[in-house]
Amino acid sequence: MGTLLLKGLRKEYGTAVAVQQVDMEVGQGELVSLLGPSGCGKTTTLRMVAGFIEPTKGTVVIGGRDVTRTPPYARQTGMVFQSYALFPHMSVAGNVGFGLEMRKVGRAERDSRVAEALDLVRLGHLADRLPRQLSGGQQQRVALARALVVNPAVLLLDEPLSNLDAKLRAEVRDEIRSLQQRLGLTTLMVTHDQEEALTMSDRLVVMEGGRVRQIGTAEDLYEDPADTFVADFVGRCNLVPGTIEGDALRSGGGDLLPCDVRGATGDATVLALRPERIALRPGPDGTGLPARLSNILYLGAQTEYRLELGGTTLTAIRPTPARTDPLHELRPGDTVRVSWDRVAGRLLPV
Amino acid sequence: MTATRLAFRGAVVFTYLLMLVPVAMVMLISLFNDEIVSFPPSGFTLHWYMNAWARSEFATGFVISAQVALMATVIGVPLGTAAALALARSSIPAKGAIGTLLLGPLAVPGVVAGTALYLFYLTIENGLDQDVVGTMPGLVGAHILLTIPWTVRVVTASVQGLDLVVEEAAANLGARPWTVFRRVTLPMLRPGIVAACMFSFIQSFENLELTLLLVGPGKTTLPVAMLNYLEFRMDPTLAAVATIQILIVAALMVITDRFVKLSRVV
Repeated sequence: MGTLLLKGLRKEYGTAVAVQQVDMEVGQGELVSLLGPSGCGKTTTLRMVAGFIEPTKGTVVIGGRDVTRTPPYARQTGMVFQSYALFPHMSVAGNVGFGLEMRKVGRAERDSRVAEALDLVRLGHLADRLPRQLSGGQQQRVALARALVVNPAVLLLDEPLSNLDAKLRAEVRDEIRSLQQRLGLTTLMVTHDQEEALTMSDRLVVMEGGRVRQIGTAEDLYEDPADTFVADFVGRCNLVPGTIEGDALRSGGGDLLPCDVRGATGDATVLALRPERIALRPGPDGTGLPARLSNILYLGAQTEYRLELGGTTLTAIRPTPARTDPLHELRPGDTVRVSWDRVAGRLLPV
Repeated sequence: MTATRLAFRGAVVFTYLLMLVPVAMVMLISLFNDEIVSFPPSGFTLHWYMNAWARSEFATGFVISAQVALMATVIGVPLGTAAALALARSSIPAKGAIGTLLLGPLAVPGVVAGTALYLFYLTIENGLDQDVVGTMPGLVGAHILLTIPWTVRVVTASVQGLDLVVEEAAANLGARPWTVFRRVTLPMLRPGIVAACMFSFIQSFENLELTLLLVGPGKTTLPVAMLNYLEFRMDPTLAAVATIQILIVAALMVITDRFVKLSRVV
């Protein structure tokens, strides 16, 4: 029964606090990602779960068992390291079979389980090769097979896609996710790449400066960010500081922007508005706020519009207009009218 | 070819010549017919090799040197490897000083170390009422002073090249610390350890200055036997003995290179 529970996990190095406090859980068969920039404490947290770092405070519970003081070799976790960490002096089969050897699995059973695991990652034909004879992508699949073959209670992935070139990434991403779901493996993943996290995870834990900023599904984090860090880190977001005036926000630049004032605490706040929520209408007249187009970026399927409203800059992203669409004729310097649903304008604490 | 490249090539060739010509000369001289070495030689012969073989002090010396070198290597390499691992990985407060101390014998001139060791052995002899100078234990003990520093030096480079992550992976898969050492660390250190064995053996076998004062009747190493021979004669027999040594060392290096790419370790 593989579930993971972290309670009050904290790590201090002298006076420096690498991880302030992590409380979270990963349910059976769930893939949860720790997402955040470098230095946010996500890798330290993962290593505390693996047992390589001893927490200063707090507990790690795997499958109902408190393993906080248990050494790594007794924890029932399977880890895939960022650099794969394959044993250079052993063949692919030797690498994959190592965990089974440690568990005193007999030769015959070991061979068949290794073959099974290699088939799962489609490397059966390379069983006798040495790691240095494999490509990066192949090495990673060996590392994955090696962790999977021991049926770990919790699978730990440390930046699994970061060493792969862009083309391979999407492919491997889908492979890992489908394998994980097929085997029902409880998984904790660390990444700094939000696309990776958003597409693979059941839930995400956004971390920054050693603290957990928000935990939720991709939709939770995108639609209801808890603070400006999450809003900015997960996807793109217009963030406009200002004060509340009636049912709108008076921006620092002096513009009055419609927003959802419910749930606003205090006068000083930040408006968070996703770029794709802003609607544009050409021409100086019409409903909405007037804005001057300072830049247009053609991105293929989408087009990015840089808008200057009085004293505030906003970025809008729209599907690229067809040639018959009047929006297609917009050029930098033109005046347009912008508007958005009031509820799309969320207010976040400063 | 540009002038710089030519000059560079020339320098490389010159360096090779500088190193190889003396060796080649010795091997050549061992075949000269004349008892007093002269150019050009009057003829070539294998007579000196026969002579070397016949003289018991060279045969004994060879055996003693080999035995001492073997024992000094077998004792020194494990100790040196353990030391290298400890120095690279632990946080013992004095580890910088300990490291310097372990490499110390390499910096001390052989004769100085030999003399100091001789006096030390005499003191032990007085205290324990046991012979030390001129015994195998005495010789082996002195040569361990050569094998340990060489091993520490060579293996340290290997240890520093090890990625700890691989050992973490082994632990994660269920290996206890001793198993990690046995199944992962040691195999990954193999090139360094093999090279350390080779260097240690050769350094011990060929050593003269450290050994000079510590030999005794019946317990003389080959280099010392050769020096003694020189006192009375200077014929190509020595060149023959030297050539045999050169060939053995060369063979050792070639064999080692089959197991471990020497260029990667040294």
